[in-house]
Amino acid sequence: MRAISKKLFRDLWHHRGQMISIAAVTATAIMTVLTMRGTYESLYEARESYYQTSRFPDVWANLERAPESVRSLIQQIEGVSVVDTRVTFASTLDLENQVTPAVGRFYSAAPPSEMLGALHLRSGRWVSENDRNQVMVSEKFALANSFSEGDTLKAIINGRLRYLEIIATAISPEHSYAVPPGSLFPDDEQYGILWMSRQAMGAAFNMEGAFNEVALIIASNADIRHVQAELDQILKPYGGLGSYTRATQISNLILESELNSNKQMGTMIPAIFLAIVAFLLNIVLNRLISTQRQEIAVLKAFGYTNLDVGLFYLKFAYVAVIGGAIIGIFGGVWLGDLMVTVYRDYFDFPDLAYSLSPQLLAISISISFLAATVGALSGVRSAISLPPAEAMRPQAPARFSIGLIEHFAVLKKLPSATRMVVRNIERRPGKTLFSAIGVAFSVAILVIGLFMFDGMYYMMDLQFNVAQREDLTVSFNRPLPERVRFELGRLDGVNRVEFNRMVPIRIIKGALKRDMAITGRNVGDELNRIVHSDGSIMPLSLSGIIVSKYLADNLLIEAGDLVQVEVLEGARRIENVRVVSIVDDFLGINAYMHLETLHDLVGGPHLITGANLAVMGDAQADVAKKLSAIPMIANVSSPSRGFDLFKKQMSESLFVGIFFLVGFSSIISIAVIYNGARISLSERGRELASLRVLGFSKKEVSVLLFSEQAVITIFSIPIGWYIGKELSRISIAQIASETYRFPFMVDWETYMFSALITILAAIGSSMIVRRRLNNYDLISVLKTRD
Amino acid sequence: MVESFSDGISSPLEGTLQMQIFEARGLNKIYHMGEVDVVALKDVDFDLFAGEMLVLLGASGSGKSTLLNILGGLDTPTSGVVKYQNVLLSHSDEKELTQYRRKHVGFVFQFYNLIPSLTALENVALVTEIADSPMRPEEALELVELGERLNHFPSQLSGGEQQRVAIARAVAKRPNVLLCDEPTGALDVETGIVVLKALQKVNQEVGTAVAIITHNAAISAIGDRVVQMSSGRIIENIRNEHKSSLDDIVW
Ligand SMILES: Nc1ncnc2c1ncn2[C@@H]1O[C@H](COP(=O)(O)OP(=O)(O)OP(=O)(O)O)[C@@H](O)[C@H]1O
Ligand SMILES: [Mg+2]
Repeated sequence: MRAISKKLFRDLWHHRGQMISIAAVTATAIMTVLTMRGTYESLYEARESYYQTSRFPDVWANLERAPESVRSLIQQIEGVSVVDTRVTFASTLDLENQVTPAVGRFYSAAPPSEMLGALHLRSGRWVSENDRNQVMVSEKFALANSFSEGDTLKAIINGRLRYLEIIATAISPEHSYAVPPGSLFPDDEQYGILWMSRQAMGAAFNMEGAFNEVALIIASNADIRHVQAELDQILKPYGGLGSYTRATQISNLILESELNSNKQMGTMIPAIFLAIVAFLLNIVLNRLISTQRQEIAVLKAFGYTNLDVGLFYLKFAYVAVIGGAIIGIFGGVWLGDLMVTVYRDYFDFPDLAYSLSPQLLAISISISFLAATVGALSGVRSAISLPPAEAMRPQAPARFSIGLIEHFAVLKKLPSATRMVVRNIERRPGKTLFSAIGVAFSVAILVIGLFMFDGMYYMMDLQFNVAQREDLTVSFNRPLPERVRFELGRLDGVNRVEFNRMVPIRIIKGALKRDMAITGRNVGDELNRIVHSDGSIMPLSLSGIIVSKYLADNLLIEAGDLVQVEVLEGARRIENVRVVSIVDDFLGINAYMHLETLHDLVGGPHLITGANLAVMGDAQADVAKKLSAIPMIANVSSPSRGFDLFKKQMSESLFVGIFFLVGFSSIISIAVIYNGARISLSERGRELASLRVLGFSKKEVSVLLFSEQAVITIFSIPIGWYIGKELSRISIAQIASETYRFPFMVDWETYMFSALITILAAIGSSMIVRRRLNNYDLISVLKTRD
Repeated sequence: MVESFSDGISSPLEGTLQMQIFEARGLNKIYHMGEVDVVALKDVDFDLFAGEMLVLLGASGSGKSTLLNILGGLDTPTSGVVKYQNVLLSHSDEKELTQYRRKHVGFVFQFYNLIPSLTALENVALVTEIADSPMRPEEALELVELGERLNHFPSQLSGGEQQRVAIARAVAKRPNVLLCDEPTGALDVETGIVVLKALQKVNQEVGTAVAIITHNAAISAIGDRVVQMSSGRIIENIRNEHKSSLDDIVW
């Protein structure tokens, strides 16, 4: 081995603590890239291939009922390549073991070759066209309720109790993420997708020779807006509810937002870590080179070239990166695999597996080397440019001058030992600032990670404890006369009934429009209320319309504007309505109107589509059972169950989340503080030894050494809060979707927790360096000249 | 013989002069360097008396620094006993030694070891802030004739000036003894004289006992006593009856 390689190994060994800490930061960077980006790519690939093979539709539309002959009209729309018509209904499922009734979303299943969004059977066989009682059920629903082929399922279809035979379990690309209506989270126990033959569906729901949902695949060069417009036109007479695309298809939308957040986190977190790698290599190498001036001079004097010397220090940096990369790759693949396994529980894809693409691997490694090179650059450059003769002389003593202390009277009262700290920080404010920014990221990562939970919890808390206070939410499967509310009120245990009407509408503002539902409600409603993100309750006005801020922003609506409202049912009236207020809510996009006003707008009889009930505690299960046995009732759900599901899911992901966030954050703060302290010790070891000789105790001396790190840590906390808050604000804006928006808010617990973890990590790393300080040999330090 | 100095009846003034600061008996210091043992001190008996100026001579490696470091509480003997006044240094722990250095003893080294981030005044204040009844830092600096350069940083001072700041810092706590390991080793002759004068002044005006290690035998002329070491032993211990002034020494 060449002598210079031996030197490399010795130097690396001597600086192993620093090398390990830098390798750990690099490993985390690569690990997060491979985990998050790798998961993103794996999900994306799995989705694309699934969508491809199952022929996932581009456009959907729901309608009341159209004869099958309309299909050929749709087929003739320019740009439409495949049309799939379906029959779909929601029904109550009577599950023995469940307290509240479950909901089944029934679909007609065309033969696999004709079906868009084709089913993929997990077990069993396809339904036969002749047997009207055969049903295929979604795999997760089957698993959650331990159904298997041959089991019987009780369903109330069109008011009649039916015994259905489960003959298969299946997954569908349109329900990869199966969310019950009005919820955000899958509820596999209580929400199932079921498929029957078209004949069976037709017979069961009086839809023979007709359909109420259509899905299309359009040609790649087709204008999707044009297709939608034509489709809406064709379906208008048949109660068309407005078409929608993949962008608002709920399963796809949620998958998309998961993909995005992986992509975003898989970029942001590694970028932070690699910046820290560069910073650490910068300070470590600069210090190393300044302590090795003489050695560099000797090497050069003996004929080593500048290139040899430069490469020597560059290798130093690369060793840390290579070490980190190896760990990061293994960690990333392991974690990515784990993450994909978790996703498999949420998203139904036939072949979802973690796969690491060579490109991603190559990119992540090259970027790490790039970061190392950038970090090493200034040190390497100074080693190269050091003339041998000058390097032989010891470095000039550190120059200090009059500064802060002399300018501020208060500082003059400081004891001399404290002045040392102030002057050291003051002499290199850049280094202090960058260190503080480095540590700040450890605070910021915790804030970014945890604020999501804060926002989500706040949002859900408002939703379920302030907005949706009813015990049971009831929706009818068709509009019913207002008087049914008296019948609901007569049920034993029902204390209060509030009723509403949901009507499909199209809101048009200039060239912009949006299909959605409007809710007509009553002024005195107390169970279910319109709530602002700040928790305040918005009163309903007798005239005009209230819309969600998200919708208003998208359609460029401001309070006071007139918008066109086109009713998508009945006489399909169009009227100008004034937007009286805008509500900054966070679930779905909503529009509200006073019920009477809505009746007038729609015309015809005064009908309602649902009700919210307050029920006495012990009567809930009973009332729910009775209600779901009523044919006209499509769905009975309990908001508190939604809240419980949410809390359960959140506490699971919070636990895992905190584990990783604390890990990530600690790696940063430990690496920055440890290296900073090691460098301070190397720079100031001699002066600290002098203090020990003068009679300062070990404790006093370590206080002096670490007060610089303490100042850095203390400064880093508000900086980290700020960075975390701003980055959170950015990610909030990116996450915001029609389905949900996070209110931007960070709990003080999150701030305290992030500061606490960082402080603990800083103390921990100082302890490690303190051991080194305690073992310092006082005499030998003083014998040498620095 | 060492004992001879503690013998005899003395006047009240003599009494203080004869008061023993250090009493070391049977000191051994052995460094284990892997296979070999380096014997740095071999059965050394040594005393230092209040107010005395002592010069310690000896070849390189003879154990001078080792002895001084043990006296100063920077190091501990392998065996033997060291008493400082009535305290057994050889049996003190790390904490007690720190307190001892803090309150009772001052050091001056060949390399000045000033704190680069503190001015001359602050370097001295560093010590006065933690001592029991110190001088004012200005006073200490005036003693070494640096009253004018209080607010200069070490990088703005010459070597001799830095060494005088180091002396001021060492005496400011009013220690009973000042231990100087080659205080002029890094200085030219003229600057060395200025530094030695400062030490003499401290010895005479404050009454601090001073032990100076030097390679320069000429310096022995200024000592009350000269101790010669060789291979870890004290081979000579002479009372200097004819102290000469620094100005009379031929360098
Ligand atoms: N830390 C140590 N480890 C091993 N040996 C040591 C150590 N310190 C001193 N020695 C050895 O002890 C002996 C005495 O050293 P010491 O420093 O006391 O000599 P000195 O008289 O002060 O010499 P110089 O005049 O060169 O300063 C020498 O042989 C030296 O090599
Ligand atoms: Mg010596």
